[in-house]
Amino acid sequence: MSQELKQYTISVYTENNIGLLNRISAIFQRRHINIESMNISESEIEGVSRFTIVVNMSEDNVKKIIGQIEKQIEVIKAYYHTDDDTIYQESCMFKIKSDLLFEERQIQNIIKDSDAKIVTVNREFFVLEKSGRRHEIQQLHRDLSAYGIMQFVRSGRIAVTKDEMKITEMLAAFQN
Amino acid sequence: METQTVTKRENQAHAKERITGCEAIVRCLLEEGVDILYGYPGGAIMPVYDELFKYQDKIHHVLTRHEQGATHAAQGYARISGKVGVAMATSGPGATNLITGIADAQIDSTPMVCITGQVPSHLLGSDAFQETDIVGISTPVTKWNHQITNAEEIPEVMAKAFYIAKSGRPGPVLVDITKDAQFQEFDFEYKKCEGVRSYKPVPKVDDSKLAEAAELINNAKKPMIVWGQGVILGEAEEEFKAVIEKAGIPSAWTILGASAIPSSHPLNVGMVGMHGNYAPNVLTNECDVLIAIGMRFDDRVTGKLDEYATQAKVIHFEIDPAEIDKNVKTDVAVLGDAKESLAKLLPLLNANSHQDWHNRFKELYQVEFEKVIKNDIHPTKEGLTMGEVLKEINIQSKGEAAIVSDVGQHQMIACRYAEFNKSKSNITSGGLGTMGFALPAAIGAKMAAPEREVVAIIGDGGYQMTIQELGTILQTRVPVKIVVLNNEFLGMVRQWQQLFFDKRYASTEMTNPDFVTIAKGYHIPAKRVTKREELAEAVKEMIASEDAYFLEVCVEKEDCVFPMVPAGAAVSDIRLE
Repeated sequence: MSQELKQYTISVYTENNIGLLNRISAIFQRRHINIESMNISESEIEGVSRFTIVVNMSEDNVKKIIGQIEKQIEVIKAYYHTDDDTIYQESCMFKIKSDLLFEERQIQNIIKDSDAKIVTVNREFFVLEKSGRRHEIQQLHRDLSAYGIMQFVRSGRIAVTKDEMKITEMLAAFQN
Repeated sequence: METQTVTKRENQAHAKERITGCEAIVRCLLEEGVDILYGYPGGAIMPVYDELFKYQDKIHHVLTRHEQGATHAAQGYARISGKVGVAMATSGPGATNLITGIADAQIDSTPMVCITGQVPSHLLGSDAFQETDIVGISTPVTKWNHQITNAEEIPEVMAKAFYIAKSGRPGPVLVDITKDAQFQEFDFEYKKCEGVRSYKPVPKVDDSKLAEAAELINNAKKPMIVWGQGVILGEAEEEFKAVIEKAGIPSAWTILGASAIPSSHPLNVGMVGMHGNYAPNVLTNECDVLIAIGMRFDDRVTGKLDEYATQAKVIHFEIDPAEIDKNVKTDVAVLGDAKESLAKLLPLLNANSHQDWHNRFKELYQVEFEKVIKNDIHPTKEGLTMGEVLKEINIQSKGEAAIVSDVGQHQMIACRYAEFNKSKSNITSGGLGTMGFALPAAIGAKMAAPEREVVAIIGDGGYQMTIQELGTILQTRVPVKIVVLNNEFLGMVRQWQQLFFDKRYASTEMTNPDFVTIAKGYHIPAKRVTKREELAEAVKEMIASEDAYFLEVCVEKEDCVFPMVPAGAAVSDIRLE
């Protein structure tokens, strides 16, 4: 096992419960670990939530963190993955002055080349949405900042794994 | 609050009855077999206290003098009986005062359920009088916690609270109940919790891991066991004894593992760790197979990790998967309950005696005896030692007493020299090191096991942190025996100042009150001993007393506890002086 710092994506399947977010983030806080991003949503199983947490850690330490997370009563199962183990995306939005769409021809090319989508346009501003890898979003941000960005926001990573996680089987085993 | 956790509940049908939330709480406690609870009333928990008044013939509420005392009493109750201890408090300061005891129970794996009142749900988040976010505050120090805002939730949450507190690796659970939910009427029906789908308290024992462990043990020339509280919590004392006797393995204990087998057992080689015995510490770094059972390789046990048993293959028997490889890398991890794992291990082991290896422990014991033990328990200098007080308590109680110690020098001496003949006899604050633990914990222990002699051994510092619980003793007449070893210093800190800070005794000297007069003020018979020739008689009188008894022993002011593994040193670099 390695002490080298690497980016890991942690997937946590949990019961849908008030207070669990606090319990899970406290595990990182107590060990002075910075969370790069966190996303919580429903999962493929009804009533089961899924946390997607990105951290930079050594493999030794990420294993220990998984142990501490799984120890929480309402956590069903936690996994850690490298980037190669997952298909992952982030999403972002840009709010930009509408005038620029007409005054700066280059903006239209940037939108086309980046596969970004125009969500809405009005007289004052338009909103662009883009999903993709972090570097693609960063590139788009660089390209657009030359013209002025009114607002920018990026989501945490969401990821699905290439391998199965067998949560349904795990839950079914409890019922028997 | 909504909880969607899926739990398994008892099938047995109970008739539904329409009652209030506050009565439901008391009924839940009765359903869980609670006979005693410790607490302190206040505004947000008053409806429950009103019900406790009505049910006082069935359940005994002990009014402590501070909520911290309630938690430690509940811990003492749990540690001596193996049952879940219960503490109750009001919202706000009542609830926050529980936190030290909860943190203590968390790190020492003590089953405890704490119930707190909360402001009415419509006032949550409004900074109402005595409102505090106790669920948020207690999250990092509880095994589980939950806030109830609807009385309908009470039976399921309470059943789950007791199940979680006791099962697997035990721990504290806090249930916070808003005042409106306490008044709300609903149809009460109680079913015990039999499982929570997201929680696996006891991992299944893997036979192949057991076989690997057995092979390592059978091939070992110099095997050594370090056992912890897991043996006691798992009620695996008999299985443990059978294993060590068959395989002939010298066995040492962590502070919380003490008393699982008698002190006099020939395979019991003493305590590991910072102030543990010389032989097991030194030989940790000589053994070829180190077998850890129900312990967690605390830093006070391992010293410098990089130089801890690096020559040995490590086998770890453990119920909590998060403990595997947390501090010490294992070669074989056997997950599961100690009782089951050890019972299955026994037939796989070859009978052995390891006589030469044993002799190494005996030789090193002699070294420690000459350098340390002799002077501790048979001192020739004028001042009294803590060790000779322990020796006298052993003699007078015939080693049958449960020893409840606080934190510091006296704690190390108590654990080193107390003789234990019975399991669950060493009750102390191990992981958290909570000064003030012993007096209330002794109250709880004595109430849970009235047939046992319970002796609290406390320093003059820690005693004054919860001294108000003398009031609880006065009111309940619980016959605990209290020994204060008074050196007029915060002794352990002073020892470190002497050894590592050039004797700069910053804020460790204590100007103490007249402890005997204070005890007498609470109508507790009391005596002070300052001379060796008075000691035996005074201890005898204390043990013989039918009532509570307070004994102050004025000991040598600047004694140090040895052996000692200095912080950051390897266990084999243990100092004898």
